[in-house]
Amino acid sequence: MKNDRRVYIVSGGVTKFAKAHPEMDFRLMVKKAFDYAMADVPSLSKKDIDRSRISYFSDHFTRQLKAASMVQDYLGLNPKDSRRIEWGGATGGQCIQAGWETIASGRSDVCLVAGFETMSRVETWKGNEFIALASDTNFDYPVGGFYTGYYALMVQRHIYEFLRKTRFYNIKDEKTAQRVATKEAMRIMAMVSVKNHTNALHNPYAQYPAKATLKSSLKGEMIAYPLNRPSICAMSDGAAVLILASEDVAYKYTDNPVLIKGVGCGTDTMRLADRPREHVPLLPWENEKDYENLDYPGVHSFRAGRTAALEAYQHAGITNPKKELSFIELHDAYASSEIQTYEDLGLCRYGEGYDFVEQGHPFLKNMDYGFELKDKGTIPVNPSGGLIACGHPVGATGIMQGVFAFWQLQNSIKKHFGSEKLQIKDAKRGLIHSHAGTGSSVTVSVLEAARRG
Amino acid sequence: MKEIKRSGAAIFSSKDGGENLVIAYPYKIDYIHSYAEDSEFFLGLAKGKLLGSACKKCNLKYGTPRGHCMRCGEETRWMELPLEGRVHSWTTCYFGSEEFLKETPFNLVLVEFQGVNTPFLSRLANAKTQDIYIGMKVKAQFRKNPKYSVSDVYFVPAPEPGRLAHEQRRR
Ligand SMILES: [Zn+2]
Repeated sequence: MKNDRRVYIVSGGVTKFAKAHPEMDFRLMVKKAFDYAMADVPSLSKKDIDRSRISYFSDHFTRQLKAASMVQDYLGLNPKDSRRIEWGGATGGQCIQAGWETIASGRSDVCLVAGFETMSRVETWKGNEFIALASDTNFDYPVGGFYTGYYALMVQRHIYEFLRKTRFYNIKDEKTAQRVATKEAMRIMAMVSVKNHTNALHNPYAQYPAKATLKSSLKGEMIAYPLNRPSICAMSDGAAVLILASEDVAYKYTDNPVLIKGVGCGTDTMRLADRPREHVPLLPWENEKDYENLDYPGVHSFRAGRTAALEAYQHAGITNPKKELSFIELHDAYASSEIQTYEDLGLCRYGEGYDFVEQGHPFLKNMDYGFELKDKGTIPVNPSGGLIACGHPVGATGIMQGVFAFWQLQNSIKKHFGSEKLQIKDAKRGLIHSHAGTGSSVTVSVLEAARRG
Repeated sequence: MKEIKRSGAAIFSSKDGGENLVIAYPYKIDYIHSYAEDSEFFLGLAKGKLLGSACKKCNLKYGTPRGHCMRCGEETRWMELPLEGRVHSWTTCYFGSEEFLKETPFNLVLVEFQGVNTPFLSRLANAKTQDIYIGMKVKAQFRKNPKYSVSDVYFVPAPEPGRLAHEQRRR
């Protein structure tokens, strides 16, 4: 990315995510988030916005084609340039990067990035069917097309590679060793679930804040072994927007913008079965020796996530993410994929994700989770509560992460959440991560505080 | 918000006294779906054959067939897979998409075959959650009246010589 112009976030807005919003259709939801964002930068007027990028995942859910055009229309942005962005679960993250491109390339000075999803329009299990259509409909969907089932297959192999073969290598009976390892993983996934639900208690936009305990999380109803209800995100209605601006104009609208310092994107095969068994694309501090006997990515890791991180880190000049990032908002559609993603992002080595949780790194320092943690809060992950507790209105999700990260870096959580409990002190740099379709595409963006004066 | 049901529709009343009307809106389609370049696989299932494919150039062997190689872009040739394999990963689904909800609980398995580079996603029948493990030997079974779906094939546990003897002793 040579000669790209600097791109800043100047404002953001989110609707409260809910199971259903019968009082608002998708146009009105986006309008409310948009009005909130506009009110936060009074010197910006609608005529300053050159163009928009609008995202939603599924035409099945809206049952309205060209729904992005209807949003553009409802916001009164015609006849300006606009286009719809769709990239599965990573739709929101991709939309932010599409907006970034309009400014980085010099085509635009102010670009609106908006996303939504209205998943309440069908019953839950029908909704699961729509989502499962984002898997190969010849070979995968008809076997029992169910996303939680796919992620369960992936984490089972992850547990086998990284817990059974390490912590429990000395148990001779294979079946027993695997059972013990899975039980251990379930306990650690429950810790992630407790973290995200507890954090969300202080986020007024979250759909499922909860006073969760390890015990209550482990007792949750089993959906696809070993993933239970508390370790899975829910379907939601919601919208989110960000307003992006070039360096030339950003400081006209706010003296507290946030710089989009690096962007990255990666992809992988749609079918789990096709995932290669090759070598890990290494981050600067990793050695080939670390992964001598590992077939990568197989079905246990997300090569798309690693690829996206490598590009974003290089673009942002990050060499040690754990040290240089103040927090991360990542796509925890499942507690399992949160753990797998720590490894893709290089917060720890592949295989160390479970230890990373147990040691306490991704928790918030000032929050009580009901258990002791040794290295609590060295790099908070999903301080907002993530998808598990905020909900997952697909086309809005990645943008929601962008809004929460923007407020963190502005140091304006108190203003927008009504409480500063989730504000990370002196947050300088944050990372947002958006993930689609069993890991078939992932975006990573690095954001940096850019306060003036 | 308060929900009032009225002849198939629901009315939600807002705080300001307004009403939001929610109606049922049916939508049914029969797609005309061609298996196109994957057809041979589904025709094979009806004959009790499990087909994978192999790249004509680099010989990468796919346990789930594809018409062209993802590595070098070359065309693949059809290749018969062994009817026995081992569990590469697995789960039991207690819920599912609406279409499969009535079949729950069911087991999903990725099956790996000796000498084949990639696995195959299928169901595992006749096995309880507590009996399944990675590495378990399984064999293919075919549906008697084919529906020309990938679910025309499914797997069941296969006897493991050593293990069988051990379990018989226990009895
Ligand atoms: Zn090839």
